Amino acid sequence: MSNTQGEHTTGTLVATEAHGGGSNFPPFDSTTYPSQLLWLAITFGVFYWIMSKVVLPRIGGILEDRRDRIAGDMAEAGRLKQETDDAIASYEKALADARKKANTMANDAREKLKAETEAARAAAEAKLAAQLAESEQSISKIKADSLAQVGDIAADTTGELVKALIGGRAPAKATVSKAVEKVMN
Amino acid sequence: MAGTSSNGIDPIHQFHINKIFDLNIAGMDFSFTNATLFMVVTVAVATLFLVLSTNGRGLVPSRMQLMAEMSYEFVAATLRGSAGNEGMRFFPLVFTLFMFVFTANMLGMIPFFFTVTSQIIVTFALAMLVILTVTIYGFFKHGTGFLKLFVPSGVPAYVVPLVTAIEVISFLSRPVSLSVRLFANMLAGHITLKVFAGFVVMLTGAGAIGIGAAVLPLLLTVAITALEFLVAFLQAYVFTVLTCMYLADALHPSH
Repeated sequence: MSNTQGEHTTGTLVATEAHGGGSNFPPFDSTTYPSQLLWLAITFGVFYWIMSKVVLPRIGGILEDRRDRIAGDMAEAGRLKQETDDAIASYEKALADARKKANTMANDAREKLKAETEAARAAAEAKLAAQLAESEQSISKIKADSLAQVGDIAADTTGELVKALIGGRAPAKATVSKAVEKVMN
Repeated sequence: MAGTSSNGIDPIHQFHINKIFDLNIAGMDFSFTNATLFMVVTVAVATLFLVLSTNGRGLVPSRMQLMAEMSYEFVAATLRGSAGNEGMRFFPLVFTLFMFVFTANMLGMIPFFFTVTSQIIVTFALAMLVILTVTIYGFFKHGTGFLKLFVPSGVPAYVVPLVTAIEVISFLSRPVSLSVRLFANMLAGHITLKVFAGFVVMLTGAGAIGIGAAVLPLLLTVAITALEFLVAFLQAYVFTVLTCMYLADALHPSH
């Protein structure tokens, strides 16, 4: 846009929009353009340089550090959780083992005690049986002896009775014994 | 409208460029003006904010650092969204454009401050920077393949000339639309604000009834101020989004 055109346009704009005032419409005043362009180039260039060299790497670095830190913390948390899980698993395994071992020990002890008791009982029974047998034997012997003596006693008694009843001399012992034996059997 | 002749109520006066130091090089006027001053202020404010807020490099950000990080991630997400990961090579340019335009727009909202982006030459220069970057990078990367941008694939042969003509016109109008959109929004907003504020001043000068009547333009001024803050951000964002879309064309010229 040339200078004259610009001023022409601004003239009409000012007339319609600004209701007079006499001056050019400033944004279309091309005499100010070189200065604005030069200073815009300088300020914008400096701004771009600061942004791309200082500010953006810095903010990008901050954001990246934070992202890394969060990712690292998450990984650490995951690792710790894994460790916890492992510890719980090994604890539970140890507990199960201990329980199993305790059961085994209890069973063993029970078995052992049972066997011992059994053995003691068997021994005692054997001893008792032996004593019983012995006792029975002596009883039967005593009984036999007693029975044998019963015959003698009966014969004696019978002899005495006969003597007392019929008087005189007592019958022969052998005869009495024979008679008694005959009655008893 | 008696007041319009005085500088205080003239809505155009705020766009005047006044020399602060004279500087002539090779017969051209490169004076340090109020426009220059506010370009410097814009860059200084944005730089100081971004540098100081991130000085701590906190793992847990402070409020200021969070704002700097949010602007970084906002622009990065916008660029990545339209131009993909490849587009991140233009991130410094896009971020600088966004921060410059946004800061300039926001500083323009402060009373008595000059609005850098209300000058068509400034917005046009920024738009040309984008378009030239797109064009030069497009040809550098794809050679003549960049011209596929103007010939969409999958179009019947007999409409290709028409479509190509439309595509060329739309490409050529990009710098104009990009720059005029920003310029016109800032200009119109500031003029509207000044006109309604001017009504308040004029009506209060007209006695008791005038003071009562001034409430309406005052309310409007407040409402428009809020709207203008929105526009200041939105236009910076629109400028950035369009820049990203044009850069996407440079990276992938075939539609």
